[in-house]
Amino acid sequence: MANVLIVAEQHAGHLRKASLHALSAGRELARRTGGRLAAALLGSGIDAAAAELAAHGVEVHVADAAVLEHPLAEAWAPVVADLARATGSTLVGAAATAVAKDVLPRVAARLEAGMATEVVGFGGEGSDLTFRRPMWAGNVLAEVEITTPVKVFTVRPTEFAAAPREGQGELRRAPVAVDAASLRTRHLGFVEVKSARPELTEARTIVAGGRGTKGDFRPVEALADALGAAVGATRAAVDAGWVPNDWQVGQTGKVVAPELYVAAGISGAIQHLAGMKGSRVIVAVNKDPDAPIFQIADYGLVADLFPALPELQAKLR
Amino acid sequence: MPLKLLVTAKRVEDPESRIQVKPDGTGIVTEGVNYKLNPFDEIAVEEALRLEEQHGGEVVVVSIGGARAVTELRAALAMGADRGIHVRHDGPLDPVVVSALLAKVFEQEKPDLAILGKQSIDDDQNQAGQYLAERLGLGQATFASKHDSLESEAEQKRLPGLAVSADGTRVTVVREVDGGVETLEVRLPAVVTTDLRLNKPRFASLPGIMKAKKKEIREIPAASLGVDLTPKVAVRKLAAPPARKGGVKVADVDELVRKLRDEAKAV
Repeated sequence: MANVLIVAEQHAGHLRKASLHALSAGRELARRTGGRLAAALLGSGIDAAAAELAAHGVEVHVADAAVLEHPLAEAWAPVVADLARATGSTLVGAAATAVAKDVLPRVAARLEAGMATEVVGFGGEGSDLTFRRPMWAGNVLAEVEITTPVKVFTVRPTEFAAAPREGQGELRRAPVAVDAASLRTRHLGFVEVKSARPELTEARTIVAGGRGTKGDFRPVEALADALGAAVGATRAAVDAGWVPNDWQVGQTGKVVAPELYVAAGISGAIQHLAGMKGSRVIVAVNKDPDAPIFQIADYGLVADLFPALPELQAKLR
Repeated sequence: MPLKLLVTAKRVEDPESRIQVKPDGTGIVTEGVNYKLNPFDEIAVEEALRLEEQHGGEVVVVSIGGARAVTELRAALAMGADRGIHVRHDGPLDPVVVSALLAKVFEQEKPDLAILGKQSIDDDQNQAGQYLAERLGLGQATFASKHDSLESEAEQKRLPGLAVSADGTRVTVVREVDGGVETLEVRLPAVVTTDLRLNKPRFASLPGIMKAKKKEIREIPAASLGVDLTPKVAVRKLAAPPARKGGVKVADVDELVRKLRDEAKAV
């Protein structure tokens, strides 16, 4: 029987929303394989986040230790691998966050497991389980099978609903057998990129700008703020140094799926589309009537964004 | 202290090429597709060259694959890498196999630092560097980035983003993570994987290309390395993703607002 272990994540004591989406994926897997679902939470001083997670009706194994304060892959991987063994979990997964992408392949190596990254869906039941995942920047959808006894995966949070708050899971202390002195990695610092706006991956609305802004993101940001939206950008805009790195939407940036995505001055390069085409409604504002973005936009407006965005902002009031 | 640097150079489909799935779903159409050095590996090569310029040492580039992988090794040698290792393997690969082969090469070469692209842009798995570090029992710093933008002065001066201590025992790495930027210090030897904004790779010069032709490429048959060459992640079927159908063009902002309110109910 294949039990499922979902590695949840907290940051500064707060449970990450993406983990609740991973929990749904874990529930689906437990259904498909007839196994039990449990969650792991690692960190230092994480009781509140653990209680919050347990309130979603899942048994939570809490690995709380000073040595786990920062998500060092070298320190976290053995704890997760030990927990997978202790819970008899042969399916070990997490939301595809920066932390999980760093840590889980190391967990897989310890468990002699194969791994699938950014899974968007599952197929088959029991031992015939398959994982659906994008390849070639989302140009191809692959159905893959992992042939090792233990299978590790990350899921794309936007492809699974957030697990609802229901029931009460048990909280269990997980053993932490990591010797801080033996670690070859040391955390020197973390600089948070602070913003009053919602997180890109959690926003209901996103206004994004590309090369067409010519570096002037003011109309993009003004519209975003009027709508309570997050601001996104293309790789070109980020590479030019116009906006911070973590605004980038795309295959190599963040994958988002908001209710409304407004693409302003964005031509629609494949790598950008891969990051946002799951949005419910896409609006494109671009001067070039032949821009590829219009082929996937629900509503296209051929216009210069500099007069169009402020006008849109005024008329949406 | 001079540094010995091991970098990877995978042959992948050019990201500008149109990727189409074969009608039977067994693979992609390779006809008319160009191949090149994986862009993330290109950044890894560039970073290794900058570290070599700063500290002295040697840049060894390794590629795993069929006969044509030599083209990508030559591309890295033309950028300035010193010598190449071609782990010859004609079958399918996955990060489990790749990292096992790289671990063998690492044990033979004993570099101070292995620098890999964070992922190859064909299978987009983002795993090999992490598997490699775990197999070798080393520290890792994935998604290495530059603190400043690629328009910064440090980049104009072609300085490395990775900071290796003068005594050659540690590397400090700035990483892009969710919600901010993290800095790690890792004891050498170590494994680093590169993100897009670590550097802007150089173009190979004509003399560089000429010199590369004479540089050593050692071929090692993968089967000689004592590694299980069976992939553990097997692709059963490929398909084109569901197409998103384009919508309508609106005449002006008024029509857009109307549609968003009444039709899409998105505002």
